[in-house]
Amino acid sequence: MWEIFKKEIRSFLGSFIAYIVMGVFLIITGIFMWLIQGNNVLDLGVASLQVMFNIAPYILIFLVSAITMRSLSEERRLGTIEILTTRPVSDISILMGKYLAAVALIVFTLLPTLFYYYTIHSLADPLQGIDTGGTWGSYLGLILLAASYASIGMFASSLTDNQIVSLIISMVLCFFWYGVLNLLGDIKALDAIGKSLEWFGLDFHYQSISRGVLDTRDIIYFLGFIATFIGGTKLVFESRKW
Amino acid sequence: MSIQVNHLSKRYGSQMAVNDISFNIPSGEIVGFLGPNGAGKSTTMKILTGYIPASEGDAFVCGLNLNTDSLAVRKLVGYLPEHNPLYLDMYVTEYLLFAAGIAGVKNPKSALEKSIELTQLAPERNKKISQLSKGYRQRVGLAQALIHDPQVLILDEPTSGLDPNQVVEMRNVIKNLGKDKTVLLSTHIMQEVEAMCNRVILINKGKIVADDSLQGLKNSSPSESLESIFRQLTSHVGNI
Repeated sequence: MWEIFKKEIRSFLGSFIAYIVMGVFLIITGIFMWLIQGNNVLDLGVASLQVMFNIAPYILIFLVSAITMRSLSEERRLGTIEILTTRPVSDISILMGKYLAAVALIVFTLLPTLFYYYTIHSLADPLQGIDTGGTWGSYLGLILLAASYASIGMFASSLTDNQIVSLIISMVLCFFWYGVLNLLGDIKALDAIGKSLEWFGLDFHYQSISRGVLDTRDIIYFLGFIATFIGGTKLVFESRKW
Repeated sequence: MSIQVNHLSKRYGSQMAVNDISFNIPSGEIVGFLGPNGAGKSTTMKILTGYIPASEGDAFVCGLNLNTDSLAVRKLVGYLPEHNPLYLDMYVTEYLLFAAGIAGVKNPKSALEKSIELTQLAPERNKKISQLSKGYRQRVGLAQALIHDPQVLILDEPTSGLDPNQVVEMRNVIKNLGKDKTVLLSTHIMQEVEAMCNRVILINKGKIVADDSLQGLKNSSPSESLESIFRQLTSHVGNI
């Protein structure tokens, strides 16, 4: 598994995907946090990273899908999947190696934003300060959310050998689970059904963790979500054997 | 026995790709797996390497059943798939070290040196795979297949698409490897078999039509060339 992990990381770094993803994420969050008039941290006057945590899920839909779009489709297109699967490694360790590499890259992308935390922490009113618990909760939520996106992305990548198709499927699925299910909860006509559909959405649990209260139900939801999509990926991956 | 195949069949939907074939290959033989395109050569090789399971029948490599000991078998088998898939953006040594890693090699550095030496890759070892000529790419594929010093080598059309000089070099490399390994290689070129193999398994439409030593096959109809024996055994009415 770690051999695959290392290879994936090297390929992220070698193909510049890593730098582009990190750069784009920092630039866009930076613009929203500090530059956009009326809505940036300084204008709002609130010592929090909420601006970033509101916008990041949407940026990550695109970036995470871009990271994972080639993970399996490229192997299929090149035919190297036949080499990987005929080596003494199990299918699940191939998938986990690839999956964890994508998650590691995402965590690495989020790391520089700790600088924003430090900045706001230094600027904040010493008496009030920044909501530390909420911020760390939000970071954990964001990582779990992005890890969920990565499992969707890898699943999408297992379906096709075309990277663009994989990217689009992944973005649509991510948006559905993050955005659409959340909106259903707001529709009055749907009432309780809408609310329970909202519970199945990623945003409900992301918001819940962001409040800084760790609820095991949210953690279990995310882990279950990830396990389901990796399981689906494994099913598709093994369909060659049917 | 290095490779044992008992009544192996593979069905894709309603089509029989491999239809009830059986053969044994003792260790140390170089066997040519011969047949027209679509005869079932690649399918059989994919089954023997554990890429896909057989629909019916059993296959054993070094006494291990592929259905139950797939992971253990894969340690003993080196495989060069058809069309030689490679990560073009990797460097030669980087790729071979990766191959050593996933093959579970204990000492990747020395395995790397050994397989580079065996495939005579030294002059190109520091290049990117995408910069290599087809002949050298094929050697990288072969180096990948033997990096873990497998007892059995399964090579799917190892010389296809190479120029005549590269073909001769590739044949020499494979012949050399055959001294201490069992090699099963597929091809649809008769001369290929003549140049490398001790034995021929001829397959057509998923069935074995001949399984003999090279000499035996020649003796079966002494007046004819191997080429025409091949054509006789594999052509069918309406396709001549």
